[in-house]
Amino acid sequence: MNSALYVLTDQPILPEEVTDKVKRREAGAITLFIGTVRELTLGKRTLYLEYEAYTSMAIAQLTRIGQEVRDRWPDTISAITHRTGHLEISDIAVVIAVSSPHRKAAYEANEYIIERIKQIVPIWKKEQWEDGSEWIGDQSGQNAYPDGKPLIDSDIE
Amino acid sequence: MKILLFAHLREEFGASSLSLDLGEITVTDLFEELEKRYANSSLHQVMVAVNEQFVNRDYLIQADDTVALLPPVSGG
Repeated sequence: MNSALYVLTDQPILPEEVTDKVKRREAGAITLFIGTVRELTLGKRTLYLEYEAYTSMAIAQLTRIGQEVRDRWPDTISAITHRTGHLEISDIAVVIAVSSPHRKAAYEANEYIIERIKQIVPIWKKEQWEDGSEWIGDQSGQNAYPDGKPLIDSDIE
Repeated sequence: MKILLFAHLREEFGASSLSLDLGEITVTDLFEELEKRYANSSLHQVMVAVNEQFVNRDYLIQADDTVALLPPVSGG
């Protein structure tokens, strides 16, 4: 059990543990996003995934996203746990919990977090197929940075 | 400086980190140097973080910095 709000782990994620971190008396809503390993992408069958992270920076970036969320939705509290290592189909890759007094902010903040994870958190997945494997993000046209960099201008001092 | 490599770059370079003695160097010049030394490396689309902060191509890296070469991320 890790009580930190922003966590990477190579162990299976228990969604309720992430939810418990944001529970509080002021909250009227908690949104929970569970990202799982999909078997079929564009007709191609995935056998399993490997996630690799630049761990220290990834935790710093998750923490930064948490701060962005507090700036945009001041009454929210968020918690994020992302898995690393070997994952099978339907395994949980990421869990995001957001609590707020009212549901709208909890929904919006939760979606914002997953979009930001896909932009600025140094985590990579390698898909293993029946006929080969590839680091995703390395595929042309997928997750490319249109301007040669992610949307992180405020990160560059 | 220490260079950290991830995902396909780690596999292409055959190492998760390199130690290079280059002194002060911009990101652009570092890329040229790496492409010269490691002919097979593909640094297209690669982002750079110095001491865990994203930097631009004109950033001046210091000799004792930790430089991470980050392929487009694919978490979530």
